[in-house]
Amino acid sequence: MRAFSVSDLNSALRAHLEGDGLFFDLWLLAEVVEFRRYPSGHCYFTLKDEQASIRAVLWRSAADRLAKLPANGEAVLAHGRVGFYEARGEVQFVVDQIVPAGEGLLNAQLEQLRARLEAEGLFDERRKRPLPPLPRRIGIVTSLQAAALQDMLTIFRRRYPLAEIVLSPCLVQGELAPASIVAALRRIYAEPVDLVIVARGGGASEDLAAFNDEQVVRTVAASPVPMITGVGHETDTTLVDAVADVRAPTPSAAAELATPEMVALRQRVAEWRERAANAMLVYLDEQRRTIAQQTSTLQRNHPRRRFDAARQTVDELSRRAERAFERWLTLEQTRLQGMQARLHTLSPQATLARGYAIAQRADGQVVTDPAQVQAGESLHLTLRAGTLLVAVEDLHE
Amino acid sequence: MSEPTAVEQYETLLAELQAVVERLERGELSLADALRLYERGAELAAACQQLLDAAELRVRQLDSA
Repeated sequence: MRAFSVSDLNSALRAHLEGDGLFFDLWLLAEVVEFRRYPSGHCYFTLKDEQASIRAVLWRSAADRLAKLPANGEAVLAHGRVGFYEARGEVQFVVDQIVPAGEGLLNAQLEQLRARLEAEGLFDERRKRPLPPLPRRIGIVTSLQAAALQDMLTIFRRRYPLAEIVLSPCLVQGELAPASIVAALRRIYAEPVDLVIVARGGGASEDLAAFNDEQVVRTVAASPVPMITGVGHETDTTLVDAVADVRAPTPSAAAELATPEMVALRQRVAEWRERAANAMLVYLDEQRRTIAQQTSTLQRNHPRRRFDAARQTVDELSRRAERAFERWLTLEQTRLQGMQARLHTLSPQATLARGYAIAQRADGQVVTDPAQVQAGESLHLTLRAGTLLVAVEDLHE
Repeated sequence: MSEPTAVEQYETLLAELQAVVERLERGELSLADALRLYERGAELAAACQQLLDAAELRVRQLDSA
C-alpha cells in the first residue's frame, strides 16, 4: 500500500473538485456570517443556511467591483465556484458576484404575485372609481411616526379644513407591518369614511415590502370606498398602487388629490350668490315693466282721457256740421238765385211792360171780374211806368 | 352617526341656496316673496362663507389595539 502525502491528497482533491464542471458557475442562496475584510483587500466569510455552512472567499479584485459589500446577517445570492484550499484542506466557495438576495428573490416572488393579481383583473382600469368631489370624512392609514402624516394634515388644513380625518394608525415597515396594515384598513372600512388614503413616506432605501404583501394588496383592492395610495417616492411603484383607484406619487400628493380647494368652494358660493342677485334684478326689471304697462293702461282709461276723447268727438262733429251747413248754404243760395231769376220772369212788371195794366179797387183788391166793381167807382190802374186813377163809366158783362 | 360634518353643512346650505336661486329665476312671485327669497339667499351665501372661514380640520384617531 502506498502512503500519500497530505499535499498529494489535497492536490488530488483540488484537481478533482475544481476540474469538475459541476461546481463551476453556481448561484448560492445563503446568509452571510463572520464576514471579515483583511488589509490585503480579500474578504473571508461563511455562507450558511439553516442546516449547513461553507467557508467563502471574495478576492480583492472581485470585491472592488461590487457596489456594496455584503454585511453580516444579510441574505445574499452569491455567484462563484467551488475551490479547494490545499494548505488547509478546506473546501471554500470562491465568490465573484454577490447581491442582496432580497432583491432577486423578492423580485421573482413579486412578479409572480403581480401576474396572478393581474390575471384576476385587480389592476383593471374599469375597477377604478372616481374620487368623491367633496369628501366628508377621509380615512388615513399610515404610521403615526411618519412625517408623511403631518405633511398631509398640513395640506388638509390649508386646502380643505371642512373635512373630518379618521386616522387608523399602523406599522409601515418590518415583519409585522403587513398584518398591521390589514388590520388598520379593516378598522377604517368600518367607519363612515368616503375616501381612504394609504400613505407611507420615507427614503428611497426604506423597505416598501409591506405594500407588496398579498394580503395588504387584496385588502386595499377590497376597499368599499375609493382608495388613494401615496406610498414612497415617485420612483417607487408597489402593488397597492396598482390596485388603488388613484395612485399618488407621495403622501402629500395623495392629500391634494383627495381634496378640492377651498377657493373653489368659495367661488361656488359666490357664483350662486351672483345668480341670486341677477335673478332679483331680472325680477325687478320685469316688475318695472309690468308696472309701466299697467300705468299706461290706467292712463288710457283715465276719465279725463275719456272726456278729452268725447270733446274731440264733439269738435269733430261740429266741424263736420259746420262744413255741411256751409255746403247747404251755398246750395240754397244757388237755388235762391235760380228762383229769383224765375220769379223775375213771372213778375207782372214784365207783363205791364208789354202794355197790360192791373186794375185795383181802392181797397187794393185786384179786379178780374166787372162784378167786382160799381159804375162810378174809382180804380187804380197800374201801368209799366206809373199809376192812373180812373173812373168806371159802365159795366159790360 | 355624530353631528353633521362641516362638508355636510356646506352642502346643505349650498343646496338650499341653489333652490332659492332657482325659485327666484322661475319668477311669478309677489314682490314680498321675491324680496324674502333674495334675503334668504344672501343669508345662505353668507352662512356658507362663514362656514368655510371658520372650518377647522377635525382629526379622530382610531384605537390600533
